[in-house]
Amino acid sequence: MSGNSIRDTFFEECEELLEALVEGLSQMEQAPDDMEVVNAVFRSVHSIKGGAGAFALDRLVSFAHSFETVMDKVRDRELVVDEKLMSLFHRAGDHLSDLVDSARDETHLDDEAETGLIGELDSYLGDEAAAEEFSFDAITLDFDGPAIELPSEGDSAAFRVFDIRFAPSRALYENGHEPLLILDALADLGDLTVEADISRIPEFDAFDPADAFLSWHMRLTSSEPETTLHEVFEFVEGLCDLDISVTAGGEEVPVPAPLDPEPSTGTVEAMAEIEAAEPPCEDTPYDGPPRERRKEPRGPKPTLRVDLDRVDRLINTVGELIINQAMISQRIEELDLPTVAHLTNELEAYKLLARDIQEGVMAIRAQPVKPLFQRMSRIVREASDATGKKAKMVTVGDSTEVDKTVIERLADPLTHMVRNAVDHGLEKPDGRDAAGKDPVGTIRLSASHRSGSVFIEISDDGAGLDRERILAKAIEKGLVPPDVELSDPEIDNLLFLPGFSTAGEVSALSGRGVGMDVVKNAVHALGGRVSITSTPGKGTTFAIVLPLTLAVMDGFVISVADQTMVIPISSILETIRPNPRDIHVVGTDSEVVSVRGSYVPIVDVADNLGLTRHDDAGGTGILLLVSTELQGLTALRVTAIHDQRQVVIKSLESNYAAIQGVSAATILGDGKIALILDPEELINLAHASGNDPFAQHSRMELRHG
Amino acid sequence: MTTKVLAIDDSRTIRNLLRVSLEGAGFEFHSACDGQEGVDVFPDVDPDVVITDINMPKLDGFGVIDTLRGGPNRTNVPILVLTTESSDELKARARNAGATGWIVKPFDDASLVSVLRRLTGHVS
Repeated sequence: MSGNSIRDTFFEECEELLEALVEGLSQMEQAPDDMEVVNAVFRSVHSIKGGAGAFALDRLVSFAHSFETVMDKVRDRELVVDEKLMSLFHRAGDHLSDLVDSARDETHLDDEAETGLIGELDSYLGDEAAAEEFSFDAITLDFDGPAIELPSEGDSAAFRVFDIRFAPSRALYENGHEPLLILDALADLGDLTVEADISRIPEFDAFDPADAFLSWHMRLTSSEPETTLHEVFEFVEGLCDLDISVTAGGEEVPVPAPLDPEPSTGTVEAMAEIEAAEPPCEDTPYDGPPRERRKEPRGPKPTLRVDLDRVDRLINTVGELIINQAMISQRIEELDLPTVAHLTNELEAYKLLARDIQEGVMAIRAQPVKPLFQRMSRIVREASDATGKKAKMVTVGDSTEVDKTVIERLADPLTHMVRNAVDHGLEKPDGRDAAGKDPVGTIRLSASHRSGSVFIEISDDGAGLDRERILAKAIEKGLVPPDVELSDPEIDNLLFLPGFSTAGEVSALSGRGVGMDVVKNAVHALGGRVSITSTPGKGTTFAIVLPLTLAVMDGFVISVADQTMVIPISSILETIRPNPRDIHVVGTDSEVVSVRGSYVPIVDVADNLGLTRHDDAGGTGILLLVSTELQGLTALRVTAIHDQRQVVIKSLESNYAAIQGVSAATILGDGKIALILDPEELINLAHASGNDPFAQHSRMELRHG
Repeated sequence: MTTKVLAIDDSRTIRNLLRVSLEGAGFEFHSACDGQEGVDVFPDVDPDVVITDINMPKLDGFGVIDTLRGGPNRTNVPILVLTTESSDELKARARNAGATGWIVKPFDDASLVSVLRRLTGHVS
């Protein structure tokens, strides 16, 4: 593994740790006394610090250290988490995330905010912070003594003779030490003579093999400083009796005396004296069970990290499999075999299996929306700070899984909508107070699966949309004629018109030239729809409906002017075979259909795609009722519906070019390519081409009502 | 015979770093991502030395030491504690718990390897 890939792994891990951190912090808000949660938060910060240290990311390390130290105080119950501290933790978490980003991308990050945050964090540490100047050792092993002194030329000859008495305690062996290795290490330092004292070995009957009976008396002739000797014993300090003294030094280099093969009585006596003088092992009293130790149910399930390319390749292949299956089915049907019946059973099983495989593969790409939602809590925090409002974020259904690409591409529109919800949706605290509401506004994010689609809602409990102002603005901008009469939902949907800016004054926050039309386009690009509902005084809700996957969709196979096409089922509300007398011509060539008492404009698909009709044998065709954001209810006219099936989406843009009114293409069972229609765009196209069902629609409603 | 190391750390980054430096130095490297897993795989891995982080989910480093040093299956295998703190208090605590030694993060390869050799007698 190369250094770079370790670094990459570190940043990947940081992402996960930061997610865990954000989650932990939001859990802390609910249950500040849950020490497991506090521990998890501490660990996240701590792990980031640990990894960052390995890559010499000093700034990240020192900030994480400040953060962690305060968190440690909370863990030790020396600090109580109040609203102020919680807010500081959130901001520190945000900053930590920024630091990680800046370290990864090697970009500069303004340190003004950091200094402020560190100051705030340190203020919780009292005098300790001042005393404990944090420094991160470049030297990795912490030796008690100073760093190894290289012998200078002057004292290179300064051999000294050390007299070492080393009596291990039982605990030394129990801690996994091997005295022999320590003796070896000493031998590396110079000329060593060793004398074992076996006098304490008891009679065989009383012999406990786990106990310590041996001790050694050594004489080392070395030019190393005494601290180096102590380093050898660093780990066993407190686990043995150790006495190091210099018996001879300086220029005088005595030849070590040959050792007696038998230990002299004197030595034994000396040892005995030492033992009498000191307790055999100066153990610091054990200070109770460690505080972190406890059951930790939050464990990640085993996972496998796979390159996304591989998954996408698999998804593509499975897509081909589905097409292939459809083709085989069709061919067999065409064969018109007499015994086709039992074959169709097998074929049906094949189809189900192929679907299962496909769903399984899709599930690999699916990810919970939770991290995305969590990121939004930061947006809520920043937006409320910037606008002087108070807001909290509530999430519902954040375990809902959505395709990875969808999640990635949803981040920007969601950010924009959440920011808008705080900036334009919520009232200022005093305004809320006056309205009898909680001064703290709520931004609610929810996600759910409904009939093969993903629903995401962003709602606020603010004042609701100011429709009068929206309409006035739209008229002023020339987006709608001054005399237009619009229903409430239609006014709400004006927000999605390009060039519509909601704020009366451009606010510092949302007035970034990005309108809701950008949001709509982004959602649209994902094959989704966005709609808006608002209740005065109660708040506004944006609802996004997205397909579960970008790779396949359920569609109607239709024919339009002899062409086979596909239209997404998700966009169709209702299909109608109209009675000719329900169809009325308005103006020169515009048509409307009467559906349960209201008139719905008709858009002819063939006309709008510029196709020449050969099949217009007097039929009224089939009408597909579609609800669009801009034009409201519209009926699309096609010649016939042939089938309903799952189709594999093939991008038209990457294979050919973008065509207005067409979102993609697919390969049908007979191997032919069919275009997938984009109803919304198709209707907008009709609207733009002067065949304005929108205005007529409004007039009709007016006349009708 | 190669010396087997079992590294227990919940940080993938640290595990990677340990793997690179230890495999490079000729050790046989095994790892576990939390204390519980470390204790669970210990008998199978049968390492010559254990390196463990302190702050870990499920079972922390002290829990690992307690488990390995206590009970009927107690082992005298050297256990090194990986720590970012170098306080004497922590060292004393580690020692009292039964740790053989400690390594302060961030570690450099040379000192890590020299400590392991010192504790295991491993020479490559």
